[in-house]
Amino acid sequence: MDNLLYKWQLFWHEFAENGAWKRVLGEGLVNTLMIAVIGLLMGIVIGTLIASVRVMPKYKLLPRILDKICGVYVGFFRGTPIVVQLLIAYYVLFPLCGISIGSLNTCILVFGLNSGAYVSEIMRSGIQSVDIGQMEAGRALGMSFASTMMRIVVPQAVKNILPTLGNELIALVKETSVVSFVAAVDIYKTFTDIGNVRYEYLMPYLFMAIIYIVLVAIISLGVKLLERSLRKSDRSR
Amino acid sequence: MIEVVNLTKSFGDLLVLDNITETIREGERVAIIGPSGSGKSTFLRCLNCMEDPTSGSVLFEGVDLTDMKVDINLHRQNIGMVFQQFNLFNNKTVLDNITLAPIVTKRMTKEEAEAKAHDLLKRIGLDEWANAYPSTLSGGQKQRVAIVRALAMNPKVILFDEPTSALDPEMVGEVLELIRQLADEGMTMVIVTHEMGFAREVASRVLFMADGHIMEQGTPAEVFGNPQCDRLKDFLGKVL
Repeated sequence: MDNLLYKWQLFWHEFAENGAWKRVLGEGLVNTLMIAVIGLLMGIVIGTLIASVRVMPKYKLLPRILDKICGVYVGFFRGTPIVVQLLIAYYVLFPLCGISIGSLNTCILVFGLNSGAYVSEIMRSGIQSVDIGQMEAGRALGMSFASTMMRIVVPQAVKNILPTLGNELIALVKETSVVSFVAAVDIYKTFTDIGNVRYEYLMPYLFMAIIYIVLVAIISLGVKLLERSLRKSDRSR
Repeated sequence: MIEVVNLTKSFGDLLVLDNITETIREGERVAIIGPSGSGKSTFLRCLNCMEDPTSGSVLFEGVDLTDMKVDINLHRQNIGMVFQQFNLFNNKTVLDNITLAPIVTKRMTKEEAEAKAHDLLKRIGLDEWANAYPSTLSGGQKQRVAIVRALAMNPKVILFDEPTSALDPEMVGEVLELIRQLADEGMTMVIVTHEMGFAREVASRVLFMADGHIMEQGTPAEVFGNPQCDRLKDFLGKVL
């Protein structure tokens, strides 16, 4: 017990008194949230585009080609671990192409592309949950497939898949813990560095776990509130 | 106005429309009747290519709509359609439901479309519902909004796909009344319906379909008063 208390004192000294908390919050937390949130936003845009292509009528050649490309895209990003994608982007692809956008931007980009693959499947199920008559009504009025999709079907689909998108954000937040593979600083990295001061990791990692739990709890609550307010507008109309 | 030439439609192995040739002229009010599964709705949905024909062609004002090179969206703007399940846009207000397509297709400015929508809503007595969402309306109100939504595009013809089949009995009348008004104004229309009394009264021509064929056709007096083929006699015996 004394030992644990001592470890806690060591950790708290570094975290509070030596000011490591500033880096945890100011750099680690901010980067983690930035990668997850911007990643999800990119994912929603990419995912919506892919899902739209995949539910498009396939009479013409172009939609068929696009569908194949989307299939390969989703296959790659769902078929490899995100660490592998990060490593390939940061150490292989970008250097080969002579691109240098920094590790944080690389992470945001890769998380966005990765999330796009997952969100496309979520969005597809959302789109398919919207009554086919909505699309038919739009098309019968002479609106294009894309226009009907964006104005009528996707807004209704998003409402249906909101809880699942919340899950995706939670998954992304937790997956960011691997970004130190490509030298980006996230929550995990800041706590590891606290541990590195005395080679004492028990308390830093315990505290880190609590931060992740709180973060996820806050996101869950936010999604629940958002859902409830959308349901309310459902009832009132 | 609409010429259907050798139209065949099959879903997989199931042949739904078997080599139909038929012309719908301007100003006509064509009612399509027949037992369920006879291909009535499929035939109607082929007229604006909501279903792509397996073979044959559908000419609207001389343009073959089944040709992949034709911009189908442009022509659909002139062909209104009213569905059995109304299909109002759930995420749009009544007003937006009516103005969306005219604005998106650049037929009207926002102001023009809204003025027109209010005029149409006043006509059906629902202008105070302009900012309500479809889910607050009754079935009859929904269908009347769906009809004026089609009208807002100033279509040359309107296709009605069993417009009263999903309605509670007491709401059928208000919808039929609106369709009757349009008919009196000379709107070209094709109506798939189970309302025989309505078909008899409003239609200028009645088509009887069975097994993917148009088995018999003529004026309402001919079809209802003096049916020729046994299928039609049998059908009328059941529904009248």
